[in-house]
Amino acid sequence: MSKSENYTGYVRTEEAPLLPPPPSETGITGWLWHNVISSCADFTSLGASVRSLIMAGFTLFVTWLTISITWGIIDFAFLSAVWSDPAGVKREACWTVEQGGQLPAGWHGACWPFITAKMKFFIYGPYDASELWRVNLTGFIGLVGLAWVLIERLPYRRYVGAFLLTGYPLIAIILLTGGAFSVDYGSLSITAIVGLALITLGRLGRRGILGESLGAFAGVYGVAGWFLVIYAAVMLVLSADVGLPAIDTNDWGGLLITLVVAVTGIVASLPLGIVLALGRRSSMPVARILSVVFIEFWRGVPLITVLFMASVMLPLFLPEGVNFNNLLRALIGVMLFSAAYMAEVVRGGLQAIDKGQYEGADSVGLSYWQKMRLIILPQALTHVIPGIVNTFIGLFKDTTLVSIIGLFDLLGAAQSTLADAAWASPVQGHTAYLFIAVVFFVFCFGMSRYSIFMENKLSRGRKR
Amino acid sequence: MVEQNAVDRSKMTIGDEVVVSMDHVNKWYGSFHVLRDINLEVNKGERIVVCGPSGSGKSTLIRCLNRLEVHQKGVINVHGIELNSDLKNIEYIRREVGMVFQHFNLFPHLTILENCTLAPIWVRKMPKKDAEEIAMKYLETVKIPEQAHKYPGQLSGGQQQRVAIARALCMQPQLMLFDEPTSALDPEMIKEVLDTMVALAEDGMTMIVVTHEMGFARKVANRVIFMDEGQIVEENEPNAFFNNPKNDRTKLFLSQILDH
Repeated sequence: MSKSENYTGYVRTEEAPLLPPPPSETGITGWLWHNVISSCADFTSLGASVRSLIMAGFTLFVTWLTISITWGIIDFAFLSAVWSDPAGVKREACWTVEQGGQLPAGWHGACWPFITAKMKFFIYGPYDASELWRVNLTGFIGLVGLAWVLIERLPYRRYVGAFLLTGYPLIAIILLTGGAFSVDYGSLSITAIVGLALITLGRLGRRGILGESLGAFAGVYGVAGWFLVIYAAVMLVLSADVGLPAIDTNDWGGLLITLVVAVTGIVASLPLGIVLALGRRSSMPVARILSVVFIEFWRGVPLITVLFMASVMLPLFLPEGVNFNNLLRALIGVMLFSAAYMAEVVRGGLQAIDKGQYEGADSVGLSYWQKMRLIILPQALTHVIPGIVNTFIGLFKDTTLVSIIGLFDLLGAAQSTLADAAWASPVQGHTAYLFIAVVFFVFCFGMSRYSIFMENKLSRGRKR
Repeated sequence: MVEQNAVDRSKMTIGDEVVVSMDHVNKWYGSFHVLRDINLEVNKGERIVVCGPSGSGKSTLIRCLNRLEVHQKGVINVHGIELNSDLKNIEYIRREVGMVFQHFNLFPHLTILENCTLAPIWVRKMPKKDAEEIAMKYLETVKIPEQAHKYPGQLSGGQQQRVAIARALCMQPQLMLFDEPTSALDPEMIKEVLDTMVALAEDGMTMIVVTHEMGFARKVANRVIFMDEGQIVEENEPNAFFNNPKNDRTKLFLSQILDH
């Protein structure tokens, strides 16, 4: 004990005053102190002084770098940029004096009239100019629907969402291609009949009429049957001639292709990925092995290879004369590829769920699918929103790879405009790539922000 | 020590109907023999406490009764229906048997009310309004109706466990299984959960309870089962069990838990 023997304890007689914090804790000084100065203001020893000096130098360097890069971009995109081409001289509007134009020597800025002139091509590619309203209408319906689903205050969101996933794709296909697919009605009706028969078989099997061995696969029959019937119905709708001129997918391009590939991939990969993830964790060996083989195959192959295989190799394996659409092949490739990645993300979420949740759901008598849909997946998917959106963003950017197989996505379209001699200038490429970068950034950043909003919303309330 | 006369025994009647019967049940985890030749019959209205050292198979025993665990040998009948790999039987039995877990296992993404109405709505196909009425009734039984719209994470451990009891009751089961319901709780919360369980017993519920709460066993159990190394070692009515244990292992166990 440090106190002497006649220690008598301590009793506080007056309250210690509540004081405001010192200026180094609040306001701009506080911020500067904590974020900038504190790391380079320690001169108490030689080592600390050296560290402080290095940190000070580094801080100054990073500040200079940030300012000069930001200034460079602002100067290129806004201050020095050429905004219009009133004289209609095209490339000469962006030429310096040395190159034969009007701009001062050494000028370096964006050539926005080039982008304005090519905007239509960036968005629609070589799509028939008199039919652009069809793309616009498709985009408009999609945008309104998406906004409706994302804004929580609007009514009937569930129905709008269902429409977006079922009716809208059909409308989009008919609008964009013109519909009137050539379909063999004979084989289509056979498909439908086989489908109906399988559904009936599934129903009977579920009631135990078929006996043990056949009845065990009642669910498989049902699913396969529905798949065939829906396929027949979809093809029937698509074969209807609504009087729109047909536009080949080879004439699509630009943002249109980028969005078609990205949206299809995003929408299809999540449910496919969930099914694969559940399959991989299933206790049924067949489902598990099939899922593992599928996932590992698609994850083991680069997307470029997948696209090449789909466009170059696949026709070699198909019988003579059978030829299916290049875009469709790319779509399926991208879809399956991203589904494999999504499956692993979702599996991570499933593994984070406590065993007790499964047991709790089992103990109240929920069936396997009820348990997954109501208890396990809502929690698992919430855990992995960052991973899911990460995959979405990756997929969105990977759509640029389709230019390898001859589809003109946004990037491909931009690159092809660089060959236009009418706009040839030293800044033509810089401007185009800056523009493409900004477009991609807007889409990806938007997805990122919405995912953060969702995370906060879903974790509110549940936390203590 | 809990007083015997604190319990209202007027509705605690034991019927002739056999609710659970286990006949030479054996279970292995890999090569480890966890349940060895278990024979047990439980009649309607019985309150059975299962105790024993950790690893003795008592949790496994009751988890076999709603097939959270699968037994390999022997026959288990619940409400006259045999538990085998037939999904229909399993689903039927899980509807009729409620279970309360050591770690509550509430669904954290649903409110208390939704936790309670989920199974009635989806499994019993009950209209939402009726399910909510029943849920509120049982939340009142466990004395937390005012928490109905909170999430499990906002409640204390004792409250969560009472919600778990209410959730099981909402399916209106004929048998309740309790798997160490107070073992994960702070001491001051154990009482509120035990009180709820006593009230349930007073109401005539058939219960099988795995617990170390010997006061509870004396108070409401009509039979106490002692398990060790996967076997039922001793089984008796509580007074005889606690005051006059016959097997040496039972004596050792009781001396260890009562003399601390």
